[in-house]
Amino acid sequence: MATDNKGKWLVGGPPLAYLIIFFAIPCLLMLVASARAPGEFGGLAPLVADSGKLNLTLASYARFFASAIYLQLFGKSLWYALLTTALCLAIAYPLSMLIAASKKKYRDLLLLLVILPFWSNFLIRVYAWMIILGPEWALARIINGVLGVFGAEPVTLMFSPFAVIVVLVYVHLPFMVLPLYANLEKHDPALLDAAQDLGARPWQRFWYVTWPLSLPGVFAGAALVFIPAFGIFAVPDLVGGTDGIMIGNVIKQQFLETRDWPFGSVLSIVLMVAALGLTAVAALAARPRRNAA
Amino acid sequence: MNRRIPAWMWASAAAAYLFLYAPLLVVVVFSFNDSKLNAQWVGFTTAWYVKLFHNEEMLLAARNSLVIALLTAMASTVLGTMAGFVMHRYKTRVLPVLVLAPIAIPEILMGVALLMFFVMINMTLGLVSITLAHIAFCIGYVAIVVRARLAGMDESLVEAARDCGATPLAAFRYITLPLIMPGVIAGALMAFTLSIDDFVITFFTAGASASTLPLQIYSMVKIAVTPEVNAISTLLLLLTLLLITVATKIAPGLLRLNR
Repeated sequence: MATDNKGKWLVGGPPLAYLIIFFAIPCLLMLVASARAPGEFGGLAPLVADSGKLNLTLASYARFFASAIYLQLFGKSLWYALLTTALCLAIAYPLSMLIAASKKKYRDLLLLLVILPFWSNFLIRVYAWMIILGPEWALARIINGVLGVFGAEPVTLMFSPFAVIVVLVYVHLPFMVLPLYANLEKHDPALLDAAQDLGARPWQRFWYVTWPLSLPGVFAGAALVFIPAFGIFAVPDLVGGTDGIMIGNVIKQQFLETRDWPFGSVLSIVLMVAALGLTAVAALAARPRRNAA
Repeated sequence: MNRRIPAWMWASAAAAYLFLYAPLLVVVVFSFNDSKLNAQWVGFTTAWYVKLFHNEEMLLAARNSLVIALLTAMASTVLGTMAGFVMHRYKTRVLPVLVLAPIAIPEILMGVALLMFFVMINMTLGLVSITLAHIAFCIGYVAIVVRARLAGMDESLVEAARDCGATPLAAFRYITLPLIMPGVIAGALMAFTLSIDDFVITFFTAGASASTLPLQIYSMVKIAVTPEVNAISTLLLLLTLLLITVATKIAPGLLRLNR
């Protein structure tokens, strides 16, 4: 047993040490930074003041919770992330059902086709939509042509919340399909046959058999989409314009432009708590109940 | 599930695949378009590729990306394999949390936390800080792939080797490692791809002087949509496709990330 433990530390030690230095410590530093004062020229004020006292303050937290602007922006980001999650689910569910229901030899190929775009560069996928949603493109022309018939003002698709949502759905879709498919694939077809024998119509079979059984997959996919979508900054930065900015843009601004590290840290911590907290609540709510279903 | 698939399901799936691939197709097609605007097909040209290969900044950024991705792949494969092995073999509490957390939290948080960390320890931001940051988030992905491979391995082989007098190290070197090799290589390819594609964490840890391909693409796209970006995108798509093909040959099933 003693040698066994030696092996554990010998092999596990290096990756553990690396992650402590380059992940755990930076995270702790951020936690401390959120309670420090901003420096005169950006960054942080000295931790120990001239008087020898620790220079810690909750002023940045107070500033956040007192300001309607930042809370609103959080609400807006939350709404965008939830909408993205819902749209991804709406697109991914029939797709995953189809893949799970298709013949075995096609399944891997169909799944691979979903994952392939995910492996291409993130910026390329955003860029593709910058072309498609651009004013010269057919999509904008058709929409504005239709709007023109009704005498409405022409709209711009790019640099809008609409563009942000479309791109967010696009870049996150595979994250929803994978866990959903993995879940749906395991369903026992006998359950559907049994339901049919008992006289259940197709939508009843879906609503009372397939859907409840698929909830773990739905929530896994939702978490994989929701968390990154909530904190995204590159998508609103590139396609959002001024109306489409999200909390990630403000965090970036605090660290790279305003250089108010304590406030940036507060925003980051609130983001992390909100994202992981909501996911945890959803996971608890989705836990299968013994007496139900 | 072996039932007849209703037509609406086929239709919605076809629409979903169109949604996934049409944008990428547009990028590729217009990289050969003889027009500055990505709006209308004018004629075939490879001029944008020629221009790309004369773009010194882009070439430098590409070289940086390659060096970072290679170093990241090597370091995170070694560390990630070690982590995956320990997570499989021993009861550990802290390591799995530290391995998975960088994957689970929004990327921007890791980016800004590392930015503060590097500035606080007075490190000049640049290629070194980018590489250190990339290794930190790639360890987890390698560890997951390797652990999955270990879980499918027959433990009795290692026990047999140990009974025959092999040291733990020899048993690992001659039994475990060859058996998990496909997982290790797949993990390395994954780390390479993740590193060469990473934008967010690189954006925060790069500083003012260093540039990588994604950073270069970002700054070009920020200014204007130009077919030169289509050209570099097409080349990157090809590279990704190549890596995926190799990875799936070595380790089928790798792409199902949830296994």
